[in-house]
Amino acid sequence: MDRTAVIGVGMTKIEKNKVRETFADMMWEAVNKALDDAGMTIDDIDNVVTTSSDFWDGRTISCMAVGDASGAAHKNVSCVEGDGAYGAFYGMTRSLSGSYKTTLVTGHSKGSQSVSSLITNSAFDPIYERGLGMDMITACAMQASSYMHRTKATPEQLAMVSVKNHGNALKNPLAQLPMKITVRDVLESEMIADPLHKLDCSPISDGCAAVIIAHESVAAKFKQKPVWIKGVSICADSFFFGDRDLSRARSLTEAARKAYAMAGIKDPKKEIDFVELYDAFTYQELMWLEEMGLVDDAMAGKLLEKGEFDMDGRLPVNASGGLLSGHPVIAAGLYSMAAVVRQIRGDAGGFQVKNAKTGLVHGLNGLGGQSHCVFILDKDK
Amino acid sequence: MSDPFKGIEPMVYQSKINVPYSWWAGDTASKFYITLRDEKIILGTKCETCNKVFLPPRKVCPSCFTENREWVTLADEGTVLSFTVARRRFAAIPNNKKVPVIWGLIKLDGADTAMLHYLDEIKPENVTIGMRVKAVFSEVRQGTIRDISHFKPVQ
Repeated sequence: MDRTAVIGVGMTKIEKNKVRETFADMMWEAVNKALDDAGMTIDDIDNVVTTSSDFWDGRTISCMAVGDASGAAHKNVSCVEGDGAYGAFYGMTRSLSGSYKTTLVTGHSKGSQSVSSLITNSAFDPIYERGLGMDMITACAMQASSYMHRTKATPEQLAMVSVKNHGNALKNPLAQLPMKITVRDVLESEMIADPLHKLDCSPISDGCAAVIIAHESVAAKFKQKPVWIKGVSICADSFFFGDRDLSRARSLTEAARKAYAMAGIKDPKKEIDFVELYDAFTYQELMWLEEMGLVDDAMAGKLLEKGEFDMDGRLPVNASGGLLSGHPVIAAGLYSMAAVVRQIRGDAGGFQVKNAKTGLVHGLNGLGGQSHCVFILDKDK
Repeated sequence: MSDPFKGIEPMVYQSKINVPYSWWAGDTASKFYITLRDEKIILGTKCETCNKVFLPPRKVCPSCFTENREWVTLADEGTVLSFTVARRRFAAIPNNKKVPVIWGLIKLDGADTAMLHYLDEIKPENVTIGMRVKAVFSEVRQGTIRDISHFKPVQ
């Protein structure tokens, strides 16, 4: 199969409230940063994929509202509704299609402008579930209970994820919440929805990210050293919560397995050097690592205690600070992808990890991770 | 360039998305709700291929991709598979529910999948995964999920 590579990335700083910028203003900044990073002009981009969600954007056909600022005029522009990683998947397939060579993929969101509880409540089935008033936080709290019950992961171990990721964010100038905190700070923060404390949860954030994905025939034509997409897969589980074993993420296990196979990875525990995964809540970092087969079942908490996922540990996880340190919904997967690209190029600055040759990017969609997307990026083609 | 926002507040436009919407319940959910409302009976649908019984009931088996033709009457008792307690008044919580609100993922006897609902008549700190609970039906039933008021511990 032909290959594609990420040849440019650009992100705005993640902030609590970008009151001075509209969606299009943020997009303009991220797209220009990505073009500068790649050494391209907008004329070098032959098609555009935007990622957005109408409810989060407070408008219908939200994808069309940022096209101008993405330089999409007179180009083929389409939209993905969901996490940015899914937009990157679609962008990659366009660059592989034979019709296009260079795809600009963008993701934007402003949590600050909406009421996330009402928006995520609307993701529940309107006939059977929505009227009960659950939302993303209570849904994930229920999953956390289920995961902790099965694996015996402790509240202290969850808290350590928050301590680590907020600490990593101190090295990332784009992060919203760099913080030096302790396990005790997390456990003493307000109980939001059992078993999740306030500091077990990611913040409400504004931000925009853009990546440029090129076909191999043009990938080396521009300024950057290409970072190759070696494997990728998306898998989805049942929609209804009660159809799934909530303590597991079967679709993530499957997506990871397929992505490893495509990348020729036989032993992911040894061959993946570092990970940027979707840590909207602390328990998710531990659970996703296990479900992706990067650590043994029910062992992530213990390995975390040993420092294995620290920036200088055996398998650095969310060295950028992760989503706990800034969570622009929708754009999130592209921020993770950009962080992995920068690590592989050796451009990650203060949060650079050692031996960053093969990195894993993880995005998700749906309540409690109904669907998962796994990318394997590599320095070598 | 001088900062155009110096000494002034940036402008913010307040708005609201408010679009009425009707959900046609369809024949499967209609039968479920009519039976719940009129007879206080909880029904599931069964897949004849894999024999799984689904609650909430739906027309198609998500695993086999075949039509669920059979209806099964379920017990009004079941087991709590997971739960959470909202300590804050999240915006999505209905006005007539008091915080703390406890939601459970409840697998009724006879069903293979679990449903979301409220747990009540119990303190949050006493809820455990694996506990047995029983449905309490609402006095006034209007064909909604809240025709079940909540689930309470089995004594």
